Order: sequence, then structure tokens, then C-alpha cells
Amino acid sequence: MCRRFILIVLSLMGLPALALAQAPSAAASSQPVTQAQITALQQAVQTAQMSGDNAWMLVSAALVLLMTGPGLALFYGGLVRRKNILGTMMQSFAMMGLVTILWAVVGYSLAFGHGNAFIGGFEHLFLRGVSLGPSAYAPTIPEQTYMVYQLMFAIITPALITGAFAERMKFSAMAVFLSLWSLLVYSPMAHMVWGIGGLLNSTGGRFPSLDFAGGTVVHVTSGVSALVTAIYLGKRIGYPKTPMPPHSMVLSFIGACLLWVGWFGFNAGSALNSGPLATSAFINTHFAAAAAALGWTIAEWIHNGKPTALGAISGAVAGLVAITPASGFVQPMAALAIGLIAGVFCSLMVFEVKSRLGYDDSLDAFGVHGAGGTIGALLTGVFAVSSINAAFGNDASGKPLPTGGIDGHWGQMVNQCAGIGIAWVISLVGTLVLLFVVDKVIGLRVSPEEELAGLDLSQHGEEGYDFNS
Amino acid sequence: MLKIEAVLQPSKLDAVKDALLEAGIEGMTILEARGHGRQKGHTEFYRGREYTVDLLPKVKIELVVPDELKEKAVQAIIGAARTGRIGDGKIFVSRVDEAIRIRNDERGETAL
Repeated sequence: MCRRFILIVLSLMGLPALALAQAPSAAASSQPVTQAQITALQQAVQTAQMSGDNAWMLVSAALVLLMTGPGLALFYGGLVRRKNILGTMMQSFAMMGLVTILWAVVGYSLAFGHGNAFIGGFEHLFLRGVSLGPSAYAPTIPEQTYMVYQLMFAIITPALITGAFAERMKFSAMAVFLSLWSLLVYSPMAHMVWGIGGLLNSTGGRFPSLDFAGGTVVHVTSGVSALVTAIYLGKRIGYPKTPMPPHSMVLSFIGACLLWVGWFGFNAGSALNSGPLATSAFINTHFAAAAAALGWTIAEWIHNGKPTALGAISGAVAGLVAITPASGFVQPMAALAIGLIAGVFCSLMVFEVKSRLGYDDSLDAFGVHGAGGTIGALLTGVFAVSSINAAFGNDASGKPLPTGGIDGHWGQMVNQCAGIGIAWVISLVGTLVLLFVVDKVIGLRVSPEEELAGLDLSQHGEEGYDFNS
Repeated sequence: MLKIEAVLQPSKLDAVKDALLEAGIEGMTILEARGHGRQKGHTEFYRGREYTVDLLPKVKIELVVPDELKEKAVQAIIGAARTGRIGDGKIFVSRVDEAIRIRNDERGETAL
């Protein structure tokens, strides 16, 4: 039934191609089908497949950009005090501008050029050689689609870090620090996990790591870098005694929902095609978000006696973070479990660990992204099954090789730990070095007067809201 | 001429406005304020931590009335705003030296 349907569709798609072919239409005559007709038909099929995949990938790229602007801008913006709303949003927006240019010039080349196990090369400087034809990374879409899709990931990753140093970093210093971070931490990590020949690449890497959409590349790196930055910069004036509640949970709520929807592009788009794997990732993404929102909410209800809106949306984000590495490898029920675990785990990180250790990770970039990414990457190793994604290919007899623990391959946990470990180390070291250098040259933190006046006024000469006009 | 300032619960504003209108008092200024007397604040939660918000939303009504309307105005306010619980608010009365209508320079009680 299915096969007949496909044959009908294929032959219908073939008709316009046949009109272009040199040979006369076979529809009316009784002549045997010629080679030219078969070639034309194959081309038509390929074009159709590519157009379906490319359409989804372009939408996914747009969805991921939406996650930064305005998703993250609003989510973070609502969580800070009113005097810092524009400053916070500008940090995300600045990434949209700066990282795009850096990526086009050299970032993509460093991440996805051939290079060695740790870093790509300069062969794609200024996007040389990145054509509209397919690439080894994604055989059914133009390489430029792949490049622009990956760009959106490169944009959001440094933007996530801004949550840790909210309300106290100079705009100029932030711009320089995060630009350098994108080239020196993000591109290498992206190369190691996804680049050809990368150390952690699931195909052929020394430690084949399962990271579907960037649990380590995006969330562990940004989360750990966030922690380092929060500690290096020091606490906000008045923290923790002065209450600093969100000035607009409404904005944060809108931002969080945009993140949830945008994440379909982030995870399901990482299938790099519009086939069934994209469906798997889409479903897992959604299920994990829902389960995690519930997990955090229940944990908070028990802890405080009331479920807060902030807790619910933070839970959803934590679930989305945790499912990111797992989205294209696990079954839907596993996604529910991963979400639930991440929701509870990250809530404890934020409620207990943060206050006990005393660091001012203002918007919980580490608590949600660092911790969520780490636990998600570990759970990916547990729950990955080859029936969803035979990521390690087949064995000699044609059977898919097991991917994760419940599939029979508990050794995968070693590789997952390698990926997580490398992400931690490169983030720790890279961020510390960059912070030190930028601090010496420009100075990272705003002055106390500027901090009290607020970033909107001190850094941008603007006010976020003018209730008097 | 007396100035009557009443700090009230925001939820009582409409009732007090209506009561004052019924008492024949039409001019008033309404301000949004924050404050507390003996009323304790409420607790809010942020990231799992509880903290107390002491500055509660209030509404302040200011009226200037001729001396003979003072008691009527005060009773109108009390009648509409009283619930018997802590947090009902306070009324302050003070003397006003001069009142001037901007439109036409009228002064004194006729300007009210």
C-alpha cells in the first residue's frame, strides 16, 4: 500500500522532468523507458527530497534565531531589574550581529573545516568553497543552509552566558570577550563534536560522543563559562541580602515560550533533514520540556509551598537543555524521564547548591544550562537506542550497533564523560584566560555608580521604559 | 479650608470616590503610593528563596474642602473604606492657606 503510493508520487513528480527531457513523453507511447528518462526521474526525485529537507532546515534556522531574538532577550530581560532591561537585551542582540560576521569570516571554517581532531582550518575563510550544492555534513541540503543553520547555534551559545554576568558587565568588554569566546571555545568544541575528524565525533572520533543538537557544544560550554564568569566578576552590589526579583515575569514568560517553540528548530532541525528522525527529535523535545516543567514545579511546590511561574518556565527550559543531546537518539518515554529528572535536578542546583556555595550566577545560566547539559549528556548515554538512530552504523551482519546503555552499550558512558569533560575543561580554561586578558586591557565590570544607575543609562544612555512620555 | 489626605487600600478606591461624590465633594487628586503602617508585608518567592515585600501598594486621596464639609468628607471616607482589619489606612487633616483656580484667578473657598 505504501510502496504503491510512493510509486504513484514518483511517477507524478517525474512528469514535469519528462517534459524537459529530450526523449518524447513515455506517457502516451508504448516505447520502453530510456536511460535519459530514468536520469531525469532520479534528478526530479533528488530535487524533491532536497526541497523538502531544505524547506525544513531554513525554517529551523529561523526558529533557532528566534530563540535568541527575542526569545532569550525577553527571558533574560524580564528576569533583571527594570534599570537593566535594555542592557540585557542588547547583549543577546549584539551576539546576533557580531557572531554572524565572525562566523561568516572565519568561525564556520574553524568549526567545520577539515583541520585536525581539535579544530578546523582556514579553507572556508570568507565562506570560500561553501556552495549551494550538498556537503558531506548534510547530503540533501545546500552547504550554505547547513552553514547558516549552524550560525544560529553559534549565536545563541555566547548569548546564554550573558545570564551569569547580568547587570554588571561593560558592554564593550562583553562584546570583545564573547567574540573571542565564540572563536576560541565554541568553534573548537563544535569541531570536536560535529566537525569531520573531530575528537568526539560520533562517526570516527576517538571518543565517539552522542550529542545530537549540542548538549555539550552549546549548553555545557555556555553553562560552565557562565559559572567561571560569575565567580571571576564577583557578585552584584547588594547580593544576596537585597532582594532582586524579576521586574517583568510577563516578558520572561513570553521569552520562555519562544524558547520552547524555537527549540523544535534547535533539536528537530539537527536531524538535518525532514524525515522521521526530525519527528523523533521534535517529539522528544516537547515531551522533555513538559515533563521538566512539571518536575521543577512539583519540587518547588514541596520546597516552598507554592508553584511559581518562574519555576515552571525554568523547569521547561531545563528539560529542553537536557534533551538537547538526546533528542535524536532516545525514545519518547525516555524523553519524559530525562525531562523529569532534569527538572528536579536543576531546581535543586538553583535552590540549594547555588545559595550554599554563594556565587551570583544571576540568571542561573550554570544551574540550568551547565547542570542541565551535563545531566542530559549523561542520560543520553543511558537512554540512546539504535532503533531510533543507528548512529554507530551496522555490524558485519547488518545489525545496527547498540548506541546507549539500555541498548546494551554501557561503554558509551565513557565517551559521554569524555565529551562532558572536554567541554568543562575547554570552557574553564578558555573562559578564564579570555576574562583575564579582556579585564587587563579593557576592564570587565562597570563601576559601582554605573551598576547602581543601571546598564540602560550607563552603557546605552537609554531607558527601557518611559512611563512619563 | 482643610486638606484631607487619606491613605487607603487600592481595592477601596472606587467605593471611597463614589462615597465622596455622594457627599457632594467633586474635586480630588488620587496618587498611587507604597507604604505600610503596622500591617506586615507579604512574602514572595524568587528562585526558591523567600523574601518579604514591606512596601505595599496603597492609594492616596487628597481633597481640599471648606471647613464645614470636613466631617462629612471624613465620614464618607471611613464608611466606604473601613473593613475593621489592620491595613485599612489613615486620614490626615491639615490647614490650607490659599486656594486658586488657574483658569480664572478665583481665590478662597469659591476656588474649591
